[in-house]
Amino acid sequence: MAVGSAHLETSTGIDNRKLAMWLFLGSECLFFGSLIAAYLLYRGHSLTGPYPEDLVDIPFTSVSAFILLMSSVSMVLALASIQKGNVRNMQIWLATTAILGAMFIAGQAYEFTEFHHEGLSLSANLYGTTFFVLTGFHGAHVTIGVLILLSLLTYSFRGGIQKQDSLKIELAGLYWHFVDIVWIIIFTLVYLIQPQ
Amino acid sequence: MATIAAPRTSPLAESLRNARQAAEHNPILSWFATVDHKRIGVLYGVSAFIFFCIGGCEALLMRAQLAGPNANVLTNDEFNRLFTMHGTTMVFLVVMPLSNAFFNLMVPLMIGSRDVAFPRLNAFSYWTFIAGALFLNASFFTRNIFSGDLGAPDGGWFGYAPLNLRAYTPGHGMDFWMLGIQILGIASLAGGFNFIVTILNMRAPGMTLFRMPVFIWMTLVTSFLIIFAMPVIAVALFELTFDRLFGANFFNPAAGANPLLWQHMFWLFGHPEVYILILPAFGIVSEILPVFARKPLFGYPFVVFSGIAIGFMSWGVWVHHMYTTGLGTVANSAFGISTILIAVPTGVKIFNWMGTLWGGSIRFKAPMMFAIGTVAMFTIGGLSGVLHSMVPSDYQQQDTYFVVAHFHYVLFGGAIFALFAGIYYWFPKFTGKFLNERLGHINFWLMLIGFNLTFFPMHISGLLGMPRRIYTYPSDYGWNLWNLLSSIGAFTIALSVLIFIINFLWSIRKGKPASADPWDGRTLEWTIPSPPPHYNFAEIPIVHSRDDFWHRKYQEDAQGNVVPVLAGAAHAPTLSGGDGHGADHDDHGGHGIHLPSPSFMPLIAALGFPFIATGLIYDYALVPVGVTLLVVGFYGWALEPAAEEEA
Repeated sequence: MAVGSAHLETSTGIDNRKLAMWLFLGSECLFFGSLIAAYLLYRGHSLTGPYPEDLVDIPFTSVSAFILLMSSVSMVLALASIQKGNVRNMQIWLATTAILGAMFIAGQAYEFTEFHHEGLSLSANLYGTTFFVLTGFHGAHVTIGVLILLSLLTYSFRGGIQKQDSLKIELAGLYWHFVDIVWIIIFTLVYLIQPQ
Repeated sequence: MATIAAPRTSPLAESLRNARQAAEHNPILSWFATVDHKRIGVLYGVSAFIFFCIGGCEALLMRAQLAGPNANVLTNDEFNRLFTMHGTTMVFLVVMPLSNAFFNLMVPLMIGSRDVAFPRLNAFSYWTFIAGALFLNASFFTRNIFSGDLGAPDGGWFGYAPLNLRAYTPGHGMDFWMLGIQILGIASLAGGFNFIVTILNMRAPGMTLFRMPVFIWMTLVTSFLIIFAMPVIAVALFELTFDRLFGANFFNPAAGANPLLWQHMFWLFGHPEVYILILPAFGIVSEILPVFARKPLFGYPFVVFSGIAIGFMSWGVWVHHMYTTGLGTVANSAFGISTILIAVPTGVKIFNWMGTLWGGSIRFKAPMMFAIGTVAMFTIGGLSGVLHSMVPSDYQQQDTYFVVAHFHYVLFGGAIFALFAGIYYWFPKFTGKFLNERLGHINFWLMLIGFNLTFFPMHISGLLGMPRRIYTYPSDYGWNLWNLLSSIGAFTIALSVLIFIINFLWSIRKGKPASADPWDGRTLEWTIPSPPPHYNFAEIPIVHSRDDFWHRKYQEDAQGNVVPVLAGAAHAPTLSGGDGHGADHDDHGGHGIHLPSPSFMPLIAALGFPFIATGLIYDYALVPVGVTLLVVGFYGWALEPAAEEEA
């Protein structure tokens, strides 16, 4: 079904799956954009506490943000390894990425629990509503990413991923980097910049 | 494709393989496992038409109630539920999937491809659609429907906040509505990704973007609108879900929330959605008019670029749904101007269609009648839309029957007429038979008369001040005659649809046989036999120009007259350099063409959604069941081979 290279103008030249992944991520931009817009609209409009300034622990979240960013580095290294045909190194870096992602999720679980103890819940106020739903959807994305990485890792132990299958790792990587970038935006808007 | 996967001959994999092979040859089971774009298109089309009849019956009940003042056909509660379901059904279960049916049927055929980019994703899209549609309609039965107690949603098709909150709309109707549309959104997204990749990557050699049929262009623009608009409504629906089911405060004014957030998000989705509904119709009309006027489409680049312009501009007009919400004169003026501006590319298309007809030797066949009807009726709806762009005028018309008249002229007069045109036009391609021409004309005239009789008087009742969504009215307001006319018209439309159904069922058995190219067409689907073989093209065609097939059949002589290419000189070049003659180059029966294998995995995955949604409403125990189905479906999908290796 592939179109010959002499007729490149009738194809983008990008693999179907990769193009679909880019489109999916484009769609996801609108998804997170809408969630972030709702957060910004209601920022500083909570009628009752607890307020963000009572809860947010910037040093702690900075550490977990750093962990997530480092997972992007290990993801890049996993892709580079398989593109060179080094399955063993790819497995190491995939596992590293998954572990870093899981650590981020653990940090988020700890943070949610702490906030809950301080009295913040989904129904407490607008901050609770928008904070939990926005960061919760991001956490769900990271969780799905970890599951994808673990699935690929398992599959690679059965010999399913060789040099010529590097696209599988690349697609997972695109998703993973996207989720990281979204976190940079959320971390900036939700944690670093606080309403007066 | 080299098979690199380690040989896996586990008993489970073996039995799955056997099940798939058995399904391929079972006349009923094969429909549940099919990944053939043509069969999925048929499934989409038939399902959407059934929902068209259901949504139509809902409308007939309402028109029966409104035929005269102080009527007692329906209670106010039933009326609320029926108009909510009528709107939701017609938008999400009729026009969108019916357009999707044409995308499925036509995109691979018109671009010269054997299938879509992701056949199983395509099947997943259909099964998710049907799961969402059945789930949404199941809401009718959440109360005792047999005692006349409907349980359907009753918050209007746009479910405004804070009315959509549990405090103001108790019961499960709105829960079914928000979760049902969420599921339908997933189906649309899956289709959107698929068609963009298919169109951008899988065109036949030589078919550059500006040689694509306009219908393909409009499919592309629509698909982009879908993938960017659906996530916005998804977030709005998720927020509503958290509010209704988990006590969040997104739309709760008591917690300081601004309920207008819902309207902004709904219409930021909702206005691109309007073009998601109408652009495929524009594409269909742009295919039919040139064929039956026997002229090329007038100003092809203008039609394409105005379609793209509409796609971009549709993101900047949503506040015209919200003029009366008090956003201020600056916002209203800005969006008034952008709304006037979006009428420009739309008007360009209408003039191009008129230019196509001008001087053509027109054949008034049934598809052409419906296509011309589309242009005329859509123009009326477009003009009343321009009236709505004027803020002061809109203040008068907001929430009156004038608005109801407007959007029915656009969506029924525009979209539904064009979809009927498409059915009459492409029916011979997929059945090898014509729909009966005489019944087609009766169908058309009854529908045109019924349509105008229903919706034109609504302009007047609206200007006389009749609000939308009222279940009855007193007899001394001057609305009686106009409502009676509308009700008579509605039943006339129903009669025309009944004639269509008879025509369809009769023609599919006894219709006049149609050749491969029954309308003397210009696009690639007419180069292959009717009905098309399952592999579509025995040899992938090579495209040399826009309307390539036409140029293979006709040329200009020295005086500039169009004359048929001499017999024997017709040359249908193909990739292998074969000299096939248009339709009859099917001699090797498609052996050796690899097509994707059938799969049950998309169906299994899609079944997960209604379980999760029902679980969220009634019993969380069902949620893990749904998640398990999803996980099993997706992993099975990822692990099963996409196509069987050669034995």
